[in-house]
Amino acid sequence: MSAPVPPRLSHLQRLESESIEIFREVAASFERPVMMYSIGKDSSVLLHLARKAFYPSRIPFPLLHIDTTWKFREMIAFRDRMAEEYGFELRVHTNAEGVANNINPFDHGSARYTDIMKTQALRQALAAGQYDAAIGGARRDEEKSRAKERVFSHRNANFAWDPKNQRPELWRVYNTRLNPGESMRVFPLSNWTELDIWTYIYAEDIPIVPLYFARPRPVVERSGTLIMVDDDRFRLADGETPREEVVRFRTLGCYPLTGAIPSQAATLPEIIMEMQASRTSEREGRLIDSDQVGSMEKKKQEGYF
Amino acid sequence: MTQLAPQATADTDIELWLAQQTEKSLLRFLTCGSVDDGKSTLIGRLLYDSQLILDDQLASLKKESHNRHVGDEGIDFSLLVDGLVAEREQGITIDVAYRFFSTDKRKFIVADTPGHEQYTRNMATGASNADLALLLIDARKGILTQTKRHSFILSLIGVKHVVLVVNKIDLVGYDKATFEAIEAEYRQFARDLGFESFKAIPVSALKGDNIVANSPRTPWYADTPLLPYLEAIQVDKDRSEAPFRFPVQWVNRPDLDFRGFSGTVAAGTVKVGDDVLVAASKKPAKVKEIVTMDGKLDRAIAGQAVTLVLDREIDISRGDVLSHPGETPDYSNQFQAELVWMAEEPAYPGRSYLLKLGSQLVPATITDLKHRTNVNTLEKSAAKSLELNAVGTVTLATDRPVAFDPYGENGATGGFILIDRISNTTLGAGTIAFGLRRAHNLSYQAFDVNRDVRAQMKGQTPRIVWFTGLSGSGKSTVANLLEKRITAEGKHAYILDGDNVRHGLNKDLGFTDAARVENIRRVAEVARLMADAGLIVLVSFISPFKNERRMAREIAGDIDFIEAYVDTPLAVCEQRDPKGLYARARSGEIKNFTGIDSPFEAPERADITLKGADETPEQMAEALYAKIFG
Repeated sequence: MSAPVPPRLSHLQRLESESIEIFREVAASFERPVMMYSIGKDSSVLLHLARKAFYPSRIPFPLLHIDTTWKFREMIAFRDRMAEEYGFELRVHTNAEGVANNINPFDHGSARYTDIMKTQALRQALAAGQYDAAIGGARRDEEKSRAKERVFSHRNANFAWDPKNQRPELWRVYNTRLNPGESMRVFPLSNWTELDIWTYIYAEDIPIVPLYFARPRPVVERSGTLIMVDDDRFRLADGETPREEVVRFRTLGCYPLTGAIPSQAATLPEIIMEMQASRTSEREGRLIDSDQVGSMEKKKQEGYF
Repeated sequence: MTQLAPQATADTDIELWLAQQTEKSLLRFLTCGSVDDGKSTLIGRLLYDSQLILDDQLASLKKESHNRHVGDEGIDFSLLVDGLVAEREQGITIDVAYRFFSTDKRKFIVADTPGHEQYTRNMATGASNADLALLLIDARKGILTQTKRHSFILSLIGVKHVVLVVNKIDLVGYDKATFEAIEAEYRQFARDLGFESFKAIPVSALKGDNIVANSPRTPWYADTPLLPYLEAIQVDKDRSEAPFRFPVQWVNRPDLDFRGFSGTVAAGTVKVGDDVLVAASKKPAKVKEIVTMDGKLDRAIAGQAVTLVLDREIDISRGDVLSHPGETPDYSNQFQAELVWMAEEPAYPGRSYLLKLGSQLVPATITDLKHRTNVNTLEKSAAKSLELNAVGTVTLATDRPVAFDPYGENGATGGFILIDRISNTTLGAGTIAFGLRRAHNLSYQAFDVNRDVRAQMKGQTPRIVWFTGLSGSGKSTVANLLEKRITAEGKHAYILDGDNVRHGLNKDLGFTDAARVENIRRVAEVARLMADAGLIVLVSFISPFKNERRMAREIAGDIDFIEAYVDTPLAVCEQRDPKGLYARARSGEIKNFTGIDSPFEAPERADITLKGADETPEQMAEALYAKIFG
């Protein structure tokens, strides 16, 4: 008689458990945690995992969205729908000074605009909320400097990351201790890949913003990148008119800075198959990273997520 | 990787494909070795050869590879993994970088760990979550000190499977004898390190020899190439068969009707109806429900994150560990462990740290440093401290008992970190060898509780700071500011103030010369006792006589004694007169008042003199702080 085959967890189940454990560690160890909610697919997975981690309790901390005022309209609608459906506490922060000075991606360039409306806005929100832990959806496979980030990543009182002086992180024993003024960034999706995210969204039927699915959308071309004209604030050149193209987005951010890709993938299986065949890495669609070598690391040292 | 044509019938194909994904196993491995052995190049090569380098990465890679060390493809593969700007500038890998790739057979998570000696701690970090290690060796250099150290750390952290990657085989002319000599030497060295599997493979990461397929340039090596070996090796120890362990991470209490215990099953299997026991309180209960958002489960196995509901109300909180009766973990406040030190400040016996083990966090003291292990020779020798990157065998005592298993039996409940109580940085990592309990007939570790031990528990050097100066000179104000400052740093200080002591301990004493001497003698004795208990004592007394102050210094004995003279002119003190005492002395209402009708003998050689008329109290406190702690 042969022994029964011992049960094993699949790769995705292992990732899920690890993330849930991280969420619970945050709730148990910090006084004022917050979860960054960027509305993208990674945030959707993050939200799903947070709900699982605390079920049947509600998520025991607020979700924070940094609204640059230039997000896709569909993102904002999706955000508000999620908050209502799942009953989490949503906090939205915009850099009021940036709005007063009309900081925008057209006049001020992607670097300056991103610094003021995203990085500085984030710092304002974290300082105002006095959050001691901020949960983010960053993955180590996204970018080279992120490949080195800890799951519990320490920030000094200026929210800066010191990559050469990170705390050793062994096993799943996380050092969550902080001195006054310091804070922690926590990344439950550290070990997920883009493909893991998509297969999990499919397997768990997780709602995502429709912008990920191919559909005819009004676009113009900027430096070889297709940009969707989401509202009438977009600066068109003289005589320029947006053309309809069937496109979708691999990442979501501020619409004037987010590249669309021509695609016919209108369902999740089609997206995953396109992913599989794809030969271009994810962040290429984001204009902010291509300014200079090592740009992401630099932004992180300044406090960007 | 599996490539699917987009025009295929998506829904059926994706289901098949997802099923295949689910069946795929996971291998977590780390790469380690010396600087320049080519770790990053090897990982870059694995990614490239498993066709995971994306088009835009390849383009930017070719651009960046200009003027660098490139292979036949014109690419410097190490650029793929060396993420930080500083590393690119220095040409070395500083930190642990995680990489992800998969083949048709398996998913891989790779920890690329630093080679340089000063980053050994990061290697231990990478090893702690790895099932297997690729140990790189430069074929031209053979086995180095670093190779041995890393092997020892792998053994210590419990990595059971090792692949010796003899790299740069192209640079020794694909020589068989060189490879075999290295393999033989390593086998000899590693025979006591407890590896369950070992494999040596000759490769060139740069040229791609023996990575995915056997190289025609090494016809003498007909064994499995690297990637197929990694796809096939079985490393899964079945943790769901081990004794059940459930460290409670978070108490789940959405309302009065539900009380569950959330955590991840660290080992074994739990089923609804099982009897369980709390390790600390020994209180029993039955598992009533296993709750998840996806529905209730009949059972949960190692690695699953669930919420357990028990059949009765017993006191359970974060840090408690549940097990089956008869298979309980060790529960003790003393154990022996192997410790890897990861901080600049050395580890000393007697010093107090915070110990984190699973979700348990307790103050702990290294009670004995049995020996340090020479990581090159594995020889053990006596030591008084453990420096950065040193490994030693220690005994630890925790303030209250913790539940644990020997690390060799269960890594999830046997590995811990030590945290600095002041800076909160992670100082070291340890693996528990066994518990020390009276039941085991091992006596409490001999360790004399003395001033050093108590002081180290407080993380400070005991001192007596003796303020002297006229009434109203600012002694108490400065002492208060200093106390606030050092308390904010997590140190323990106490102020002995003349007025306050005279209301209690010394209320039987008057102001005659004899009474003043006795007043100071008692206070000096109290200060000595407090310093002996480990405190920093701030004594704020007028103490006008040289002899009294000398007596106080003598009573202090070998305790660090700092005489701080707050030199504020009488006229200034009298003008301030915060308590109206000078006015009363001038009117004759108070007799023997220092400065009026009783002398003040100014110190000739105070350790520090503070000019109370010229400096603000803040400046004086700052100067004093710098004098004491600077």
